[in-house]
Amino acid sequence: MSFLTISRARKSFGSLTVVNDVSLELTRGEFFALLGPSGCGKTTLLRMIAGFETPDSGTIAIDGEAMNAVPPHLRPTNMVFQSYAIFPHLNVFDNIAYGLRKLRLPKPALRARVEAMLATVRLEGLGGRPADQLSGGQRQRVALARALVRQPKLLLLDEPLGALDKRLREAMQVELRAIQRQVGITFLLVTHDQEEALSLSDRVAVMESGRILQVASPRELYERPNCRQVADFIGEMNFFHATVRQIGGTEATVHAGILGIVNLPCAKLAPAIKPGDHILLAIRPEHVRFAETGLAGEITDATYLGERSHFHVKIAGRSEPVAVSGSVPPGDKTVHLAFPPENLIGLTTGD
Amino acid sequence: MKSRGFVCYAFAYLGFLYFPVLVLPIFSLNNSEFIAFPLSGFTARWYGALSSDGAMQHALGNSLKVGIVTALLSTILGLAAARAVTRYHLQGAGLALGFISLPLFIPDIVLGLSLLLLLAAAGLPLSLAAVVIGHLLVCVPFALTVLIARFEGFDRNLEEVSADLGEDGWMTFWRVTFPLMLPGIVASLLLTFITSFDEFLLAYFLSGTEATLPVYIWGQLRFPERLPIVLALGAIILTVSVGLVILAEYVRNLGVRNPTVGV
Repeated sequence: MSFLTISRARKSFGSLTVVNDVSLELTRGEFFALLGPSGCGKTTLLRMIAGFETPDSGTIAIDGEAMNAVPPHLRPTNMVFQSYAIFPHLNVFDNIAYGLRKLRLPKPALRARVEAMLATVRLEGLGGRPADQLSGGQRQRVALARALVRQPKLLLLDEPLGALDKRLREAMQVELRAIQRQVGITFLLVTHDQEEALSLSDRVAVMESGRILQVASPRELYERPNCRQVADFIGEMNFFHATVRQIGGTEATVHAGILGIVNLPCAKLAPAIKPGDHILLAIRPEHVRFAETGLAGEITDATYLGERSHFHVKIAGRSEPVAVSGSVPPGDKTVHLAFPPENLIGLTTGD
Repeated sequence: MKSRGFVCYAFAYLGFLYFPVLVLPIFSLNNSEFIAFPLSGFTARWYGALSSDGAMQHALGNSLKVGIVTALLSTILGLAAARAVTRYHLQGAGLALGFISLPLFIPDIVLGLSLLLLLAAAGLPLSLAAVVIGHLLVCVPFALTVLIARFEGFDRNLEEVSADLGEDGWMTFWRVTFPLMLPGIVASLLLTFITSFDEFLLAYFLSGTEATLPVYIWGQLRFPERLPIVLALGAIILTVSVGLVILAEYVRNLGVRNPTVGV
């Protein structure tokens, strides 16, 4: 049974539909990311789970309990806000202890619990520090500790690392993942940073314009995107217009314009594709090879990146250059490209 | 040369502003019943006379009552209105704010007359309660201005965090909103109190037989021999008023630090 169940949730602000018929299921203990560009509705979805927004229609259930009529202060969720929203009139200890008032713990038990949480987020000894004397990273840790100390069933994180600089962000990613494993609470993270989503999460939902496009593991998202938008959003992808000639047994034959006739495994085609369909063949830059023979092209742009470099190759009969990632080819500017069929995937054109 | 000209101008300007005000304490310490230079020696007897003036003390009591009630009511009303305006997307909020502030720009004498007519039409007696109602009209806009500025100064997520951490609206108000608003609330109380305490025209129209302090002072001006006592009283009011306004300004800015600063 799923742990968080969102069923056909919909939310509009005025005439703008922000969350459009979203259904989603999370399992207990997983680290899940909602990934999408800003304005795609991911934060609104998160706020609906926390109870700060009410869905116009649809239901949200946590651990089998319907949440629609439950106000935020009674939900088994806690949230780390994008701004962190540390209480400025309280010190670190009192910020973290804020949500424990209702438990009416005796002083020593309260102290022990807050101290343990301070240790978890590596802020030992900073309990007495006033809120306005914290660095960005420390504020982030206090916000995390304040939410986790309540031992919620579900922790919601709204762009938790967005306000940090790059190095701190990378360090915190590792730490966030470690903390999640340690406490074993289900984490639901919202981010527009695909790297962050892929490196942190067990599963990722890609959102665009209020809809969920695909829910999959990071690896599957990268290797088997189910539509052009996901392929575009996760990493870089080359697309070629193509027409399906025939699908027989385990292989499909595709006429792919400048790539010629290509045979590829049926498993690499999106399920809805039929013979005669116009489709997109997609291949990642690192799967395109420089070869002795093949499609001739000219390198128009090269970025040296150490072990691998990134190239743009202009090919006759195609307006967009082909992106290639690999080691520097021998010889001059003119190169030949090979597109291994086993690395090609077939996607619907999306219209 | 140019800068010296500016300095002279600045001093002339300040002199023009404050010399008349300074006359009050100077003559209140002058050992003569006549208000004229040269001064004829130092005395504190006018202040002494104040302490045995029962009518004055009664008027002072009235003013304190009116001032305190007005300050409390206008701050509570202002707090509710300021929270509504800053926290919710209200249709016509700007218009409502405009109408709330309008009494500031209506001449007090017009306000006083209309309230007087209204009370008469409703058959209600002139009283200190009527003065409070009149003072609310001019004090609520002040309270609102101070409190809106303070509300805009803090992250509304803080109230959501409190709800997220298990506190309902009431406890959120006491644990987050109130402590963060406290400097604004104190400043609003002080400013509205002073505004009410110093107000003359509305009180003159509406107080009936129970004079407030400014109304009492106006009445005393008919007796030339009591003028130095009035000056002493004025000097005290002046000092306390200025003190309270400075305190209000200081309190109002307490704890206003950008919470995102500090890396």
